[in-house]
Amino acid sequence: MNYFADNYDVAVIGAGHAGIEAALVSAKLGCKTVMFTVSADWIGNMPCNPSIGGTAKGHLVRELDALGGEMGKAADATTLQSRMLNRGKGPAVHSLRAQIDRRAYSGYMKHAVELQTGLDVKQAEVTDIEKDSDVWRVITRLGAVYNCKAVILATGTFLGGRIFVGEVNYSSGPDGQFPANMLSESLKKLGVPLRRFKTGTPARVSRDSINFDLTEEQPGDEKTVPFSFSTKENPKNTVMCHIAYTNDETKAIILKNLHRSPLYAGEIEGVGPRYCPSIEDKVVRFADKERHQLFIEPCGADTEEMYLQGMSSSLPEEVQIQFYRTIKGLENVKMIRNAYAIEYDCIDPINLQPTLELKEFAGIYGAGQFNGSSGYEEAAVQGFMAGVNAAHKILGKEPLVLSRASSYIGTLIDDLVTKGCSDPYRMMTSRSEYRLLLRQDNADERLMPIGRKLGLVNDDTWQDYCNNIELKEKEIARLRATTLPPSEQLNALLVERGTAPLSTGCKLDDLLRRPQLDYTCLAPFDKARPELPDNVAEKVEIEIKYDGYIRRQQSQVDEMLRLEKQRIPDDINYDDVYGLRLEAKEKLNRVRPTNIGQASRISGVSPADVSVLVIHLEKKRQENKND
Amino acid sequence: MSKSTVAAIATPLGNGGIGVIRLSGDDAITIADKIFKSRSGKLLADLPGYSALFGNSVIGEEIIDQTVATVFRAPKSYTGENVVELSVHGGTLILKKILRALFDNGATPAIQGEFSKRAFMNGKLDLTQAESIMGLISAHSESQLKMASGSLQGRVSQKIENISGALVNLGAHIAVFSDYPDEELPELQPKNFERKMHDIINELENILSTYDAGRILREGITTAIVGKPNVGKSTLMNMLSGTDRSIVTSVAGTTRDVIEETVTVGEITLRLADTAGIHSTDDTVEKLGVDLAKKRIDTSELILAVFDSSSALDSDDLSLIDDIKDKKAVIVVNKSDLGSRIDLTLFKDLPLVNISAKTGEGYDALSDAITKITAVANLNPDAAVLSSERQRACAARALDSVRFALSTMNSGMSIDAVGVCLDDAVAALLELTGKRVTNEVADEVFRHFCVGK
Repeated sequence: MNYFADNYDVAVIGAGHAGIEAALVSAKLGCKTVMFTVSADWIGNMPCNPSIGGTAKGHLVRELDALGGEMGKAADATTLQSRMLNRGKGPAVHSLRAQIDRRAYSGYMKHAVELQTGLDVKQAEVTDIEKDSDVWRVITRLGAVYNCKAVILATGTFLGGRIFVGEVNYSSGPDGQFPANMLSESLKKLGVPLRRFKTGTPARVSRDSINFDLTEEQPGDEKTVPFSFSTKENPKNTVMCHIAYTNDETKAIILKNLHRSPLYAGEIEGVGPRYCPSIEDKVVRFADKERHQLFIEPCGADTEEMYLQGMSSSLPEEVQIQFYRTIKGLENVKMIRNAYAIEYDCIDPINLQPTLELKEFAGIYGAGQFNGSSGYEEAAVQGFMAGVNAAHKILGKEPLVLSRASSYIGTLIDDLVTKGCSDPYRMMTSRSEYRLLLRQDNADERLMPIGRKLGLVNDDTWQDYCNNIELKEKEIARLRATTLPPSEQLNALLVERGTAPLSTGCKLDDLLRRPQLDYTCLAPFDKARPELPDNVAEKVEIEIKYDGYIRRQQSQVDEMLRLEKQRIPDDINYDDVYGLRLEAKEKLNRVRPTNIGQASRISGVSPADVSVLVIHLEKKRQENKND
Repeated sequence: MSKSTVAAIATPLGNGGIGVIRLSGDDAITIADKIFKSRSGKLLADLPGYSALFGNSVIGEEIIDQTVATVFRAPKSYTGENVVELSVHGGTLILKKILRALFDNGATPAIQGEFSKRAFMNGKLDLTQAESIMGLISAHSESQLKMASGSLQGRVSQKIENISGALVNLGAHIAVFSDYPDEELPELQPKNFERKMHDIINELENILSTYDAGRILREGITTAIVGKPNVGKSTLMNMLSGTDRSIVTSVAGTTRDVIEETVTVGEITLRLADTAGIHSTDDTVEKLGVDLAKKRIDTSELILAVFDSSSALDSDDLSLIDDIKDKKAVIVVNKSDLGSRIDLTLFKDLPLVNISAKTGEGYDALSDAITKITAVANLNPDAAVLSSERQRACAARALDSVRFALSTMNSGMSIDAVGVCLDDAVAALLELTGKRVTNEVADEVFRHFCVGK
């Protein structure tokens, strides 16, 4: 009953945040692309929190935008409230986070993929992937066979999805959609090593059942900034979020019912994320903490559903109602959707190349939760990178692998493919050793030239970028060359700010370097200052103020890049490397690093092993030279 | 790496009682047979591993020296290759002559660190072992040996790991504070942070100071003997070394070159330089010597400043005292046998000993003073000490980074900048214990291997 349906260059399975970026970029690069989704109504769904960004995740969105991805633009168009997190903690950790109108975001993305030339959207459950000489046969439940050169698996929590609520569990995708169980079986048959991870989501409750007088308000920033470098207007705050707290009673109810949690009863085999624990996890693991915070966030402009961030749970439904109602402000809360845990199939990303192609299955790529990560933003950037690399391979172009020094995207993928992960991987600023270089303000400088070269950055955005760089450089040069004479007013400011007054003239950049001063406060004394866009002024200030630290980090980057330049040939046989310890051989064989830098980051591979490897490669190189 | 057979003198150059030449490589035994004739007439090629023959090293018919040749067969040797060690009576000339004969018969000179590099490549030792072995081999005295084996067993690692653990903990505080802005976390306590960073700085400073004392024990200390002409510098040098190396005359200004000599005083090896007398002079050749002597004060780690007890201090003496006031220096008042006309108060707090270089009187006091000023006296050989220049450099970089973190915090810079400085410190310490790789480690280690070990 199977029938031949069509030929495609690239098939993307899944239309979540990874799938969308993969499909869009593949089509934009000129590959005939198809994107399969279980339901065309749920493209770009947010099955968990109605927000984009957050610490380090905001960085990812901006980086993706600089490369030519869609997520930032969609978020800007559907923002309900926007905050720059960590102001005051330094530019490295400034992170943008926005509450998003969930249905509007999904609608935006649905339309974007529909409008994309070269991309076909199909509502169909893919049940089988088979190898047929040079092509992969992608087969749907209805027997349609698509011959594809590359397949990108962006299956999220659909793949073998199973929902747990207390003693009840059933096969399901997120948000009541049906799961992709047959595809799991097909992948296993192929020999793709699948494993189980789990994640969870809190309840959605109705707005009118909350007494907001008993909660704290959390407003958006007065002055907002967009994610996308091409968004001209700053998003507006149209909603308020609220903060509430758990208490002793909440804790007591959870502890009393802990045995009814499928996790503690041992029914869930999947490993959950350490960084986003359920409320019962928090209560158990942080037993001495008096209370836990929760955020009440609207799910959209035209819905009364409210999301209870920080309160995910897999306890039985009636227990959920009980403990939610112990919270001040939620005494009469009405649940629209219950909280649940969901378990799904994924791979250990150690099985991936840095291009996100599976090592053992040429032409098959993974992205998002399939690769063991968690989060919309983590998924989106992987989707994009997998899409670029699948397309480039088909088009005979060089793969795109970003270094750790270039981006959080590079850091994320390097972490995944080099170290693997034992629980869902979430991006954090502390994961980057170069975080003073990888700031959200300079994502464009780091990556837009690459996006432009890919042909994904339009002339308008590119011209803006070039102008801004020029403005920035001119202004930095001017600050370095301009001397302010001491004056009564200036010294009054300096004393007020708690820094030494001037007795002789001082260069503007030296003043700006003082931690107590900023670019804005010097404006009255700096008559020749040009009018600069906010983001340019921000860059100028950071680059001068943090110059010493930036240079320090740059020298570390240079050292790392030297190691990365030493390539390891694909066909290296580690058994031939004399003097390598057994453990190191096993690890190197598993990861198959592409260069010495990557090899040195593998746990279980010691510096001595790396030295042995370096000497071995040198030996080979000299032998080849002599031949 | 080629499979050539390399040879080098394996014992330190100098007039030792015995000298060893080592050959390593596939043809080591064949080549050795060409210059070694055993008393019994047996060939080395007929020997099993771990055995030796007695005979002569010869060039053609000429007997160069009596020789014991020891054969090690691959892979059971230091390098993992065929190895022959030729033990002859010491003497630089004899050793060099035999070595040249080996080169004439097909061996190639071993470059710096080559034996160890081969051992390493053949899986005979890993990097950290290599570093410790380096220390063991060059250990002369009892406490040197103890120190080297201490670090071999990982005492250094333990201590460094404690420090990097404390740093990681501070870094984690900052990380969680930045990565979870919406969690109710206690605000960072700058005072607490400051105190912890001070503790870490103290510990690293301690470790580095024991390194300096440890290094002095292991490698000796560059020492300059300085003073006006004819105060008895050369006589002091001869008293310490027991040979007549410097030209000793009573005509002032006879020592024009800096003369180097290695002597052991108590437990410490002094790498001595006797310098031309420091004074204003018009003689061009002598002037060169004086400049060199002044430079020597700057570059030496220990100064033995010699003054003549029998005459009052003049302006040359006073300017010398000024030159050395910030250095590790011992004032040596010589010619105590000729009576004292010197105003000792002018030396202020500098350690001072009275000697008569001529009669040898005051040697023990000098030895004590040197042990004390180099801090070797206080060094507990069981305490963790860093054992190589590479390790020291890492610890110093970590210290620098923590200091930078502290000053960053105190200056009011944002917490993310403090965080990356702490990360740097941790990275430096991981490099020290060998958990982090940089390109330089292997190169650096091999560069510090002496030929023949």
